Amino acid sequence: MPGIIRYGSYIPYFRLQRQAIGAGRGERAVASYDEDAASLAVEAARDAMRGGVAVDSLIFATTSPPYAEKLNAATIQAALDLPESIASFELSATTRAGASGLALGLDLAKAGSTALVCASDISVGAPGGTREAQGGDAGVAFVTGSEGDAIARLLGKATCTIEILDIWRIPEERFPRSWEERFAAETMGPALLDTAQRALSAAGVSGSSLTHVVLDGVNPRTLAQLPRVLGLDPAKIVDGLTQTIGRCGCAHAGLGLAHVLDRAQAGDRILVVSEADGADALVFEVTEKIRSFPKPRAVQRWIDSKRNDLSYPTYLKWRGILPFEPPRRPDPERPAAPVMRRHERWKMAFVGSRCLRCQTAHLPPQRVCIHCGTVDEMREERFADTSCRVATYTLDYLAYSLQPPVVVAVADYEGGGRFSCELTDVDPKQVSIGDQLEMTFRRLYTALGVHNYFWKARPMR
Amino acid sequence: MASKGIKDRVAIVGMGCTPFGEHWDKGPEDLLIEAAREAYASANIDPDQVDAYWLGTMASGFSGLMLSEALKIPYKPVTRLENMCATGSEALRNAAYAVASGAYDLVMAIGVEKLKDSGFSGLAMANPPHDGTISSMTAPATFSLLAPAYSKKYNVPEDTLKQVLARIAWKNHKNGARNPKAQFRKEVSMETICNAPAVAGMLGIFDCSGVSDGAAAAILCRAEDAHKYTDKPIFIKALAFAAGPAEGYFSQGYDFTTFPEVVRSAEDAYRQAGVTNPREEISMAEVHDCFTPTELVLMEDMGFSPRGEAWRDVLDGRFDGNGPQPINPDGGLKSFGHPIGASGLRMMYEMWLQLRGEAGPRQIPNPRLGLTHNLGGAPGRCVSFVSIVGL
Repeated sequence: MPGIIRYGSYIPYFRLQRQAIGAGRGERAVASYDEDAASLAVEAARDAMRGGVAVDSLIFATTSPPYAEKLNAATIQAALDLPESIASFELSATTRAGASGLALGLDLAKAGSTALVCASDISVGAPGGTREAQGGDAGVAFVTGSEGDAIARLLGKATCTIEILDIWRIPEERFPRSWEERFAAETMGPALLDTAQRALSAAGVSGSSLTHVVLDGVNPRTLAQLPRVLGLDPAKIVDGLTQTIGRCGCAHAGLGLAHVLDRAQAGDRILVVSEADGADALVFEVTEKIRSFPKPRAVQRWIDSKRNDLSYPTYLKWRGILPFEPPRRPDPERPAAPVMRRHERWKMAFVGSRCLRCQTAHLPPQRVCIHCGTVDEMREERFADTSCRVATYTLDYLAYSLQPPVVVAVADYEGGGRFSCELTDVDPKQVSIGDQLEMTFRRLYTALGVHNYFWKARPMR
Repeated sequence: MASKGIKDRVAIVGMGCTPFGEHWDKGPEDLLIEAAREAYASANIDPDQVDAYWLGTMASGFSGLMLSEALKIPYKPVTRLENMCATGSEALRNAAYAVASGAYDLVMAIGVEKLKDSGFSGLAMANPPHDGTISSMTAPATFSLLAPAYSKKYNVPEDTLKQVLARIAWKNHKNGARNPKAQFRKEVSMETICNAPAVAGMLGIFDCSGVSDGAAAAILCRAEDAHKYTDKPIFIKALAFAAGPAEGYFSQGYDFTTFPEVVRSAEDAYRQAGVTNPREEISMAEVHDCFTPTELVLMEDMGFSPRGEAWRDVLDGRFDGNGPQPINPDGGLKSFGHPIGASGLRMMYEMWLQLRGEAGPRQIPNPRLGLTHNLGGAPGRCVSFVSIVGL
């Protein structure tokens, strides 16, 4: 059987306290103004791919695709510096697509192919509603491959597809609508149970022998009966993260699984159920490889690394829900397609160049060496995972931004190279010369319908 | 030798300069006409005596037609050029070489900018089509990088440095208050300067040059012809220019406390003019005080202060209007205003007035050599112009 060979997760830095919107306790994760589903997926996938792993295909699942037409998976492929020869697939239209994507990745793995499965969402709901309060923003990524490399091998899985009006949204509308919750809860219950039972029987595993159970649903009521009927030990049902980050759409089932894998032992058995328009159920067994694979950042670390004083108006402004007075500065310029294509590895993958003669690093890549003047004797070098330090910095109160002031640092990279870049997820009062930074893939702005992606730096998280 | 120079071969025999400011009622053509007419009158010439023109504007128009159409210049060579904020000085430099070469006898360098029609705060100009990775930093942000770097390198506490920068703004406002053509003709207290709203880093509103409209022009001829036009010509002793390879953008070695481009162009100018001790020999200078930390660093790059000492010279009043080496006696970019294409020629206009003893209440006693310095770009990546003129 195939399995998961790597995984990674990403939870944005900001939290909105539900108190701030009169929606009870806890907080939800909020993507910054410069993030979208593609950039969240890239961040999670970078963690999964750390140290390098070759993949044959890329699956991207989201209900909040940055482009309705134009492959968002291609953005992810380019940002991860993956070869153009990989296959790519985009899944959408249901928050179950993350779990379905993982199941599909495992099928591809069974066929001998290694797949990177990314799932992410920016969960937006109408102001004052449940989705706004209970949703969250995050990304998760898995690499599926052969059993021999698996940290968690698939024991069995099952799925079902149900035509039901529970949560829906047409492309022309911004916010999802929902039917009375009890309708789907009662109607879907039997199918959900059947799917989970089929998965367990395919795995040859009983409910009581499970070590961890991840239950995720667009309508949490549908899951209510499952533990009792399957004979699950309530203590084995893992925290749904509703109090800390909210339900993060397509990423959520995977985040729950990643959270379990962060602390799992060899031999642990995990059931993952994800519900929306039907269900996917997957049963895994953790292997000995869990001890030795390159561990990603733990989900808990992302949860703990946060700033939770975001104001509600700022949140609404970031999501484009609340109009605001723009600064008295020119609108951002739409980047030009041919220039972006010529500079693709720089712009999307943060690839600079290094002189073969004198080893001087250049960001962006140059043809003529700044140090020795040698022409066209450079090798490409990716700086996305190279740490850097603040050489000097400033706060720009005049520049256009959804989060003024813009913090700009002159960043000096370990092993040479300098680049002046914008900082993000940063408290302007906390920056100082010498601070260590890491690069992060962001959507700088959108102009005339073009999303402008590039890299920023952020304090280490 | 890197540059041979044209010391004492070219004279400026007439100049004109409009008031700088928010000219809501004047277009760039109006400003060009005003500056050109004042320059013609100043050199006692008819427009048809001028053989060729160099027009500098960064973004207020295109081609020589902008000038020939406005002034109805009949079928003469008009070159339009741009070199960022050093555009006005570039017009002068190229015009000077044209008469020095003998190609023309009498030429005009003219610069103009109309910034206040954009409706934006600060400078705003469109970029050529790009990949979306270019810096979004505004001009004040790029120059604000100088302040913390200077503070750290020379152990000047940030609150002391804030006083130094405020002192520069205070001085330039004080000078501008004595200049009828300046944009801001009011003295501003140190307290007001220090408490102004933040723009970038340590910089407040008063640390930034005035965004304005204006034009300035100069008439040039070969030195031997100068007295045909005026009894009091001024002579070009040096013209230097340096464009950097953007080393500071790529190299970790650059520390944001100097402009290598300025150091190079100043060295070249001093060599051309035979100046060996600029702190003593340069009577006065108009320098590119786009933001207060720029002026501070320039004092060291120009050799007016030893490295790490300019901040003391500033506080000691060395560069005040009545100090031993007045800097920006006309108010500078800070208070006279900074219509990009015009600024380099505006700097020269002050040298023209001072050397001829026509600077009124801000007249410097017996100036011998004057210097103008004009910079375009940002720390780490810029162009720099230095001229020296005298009697």
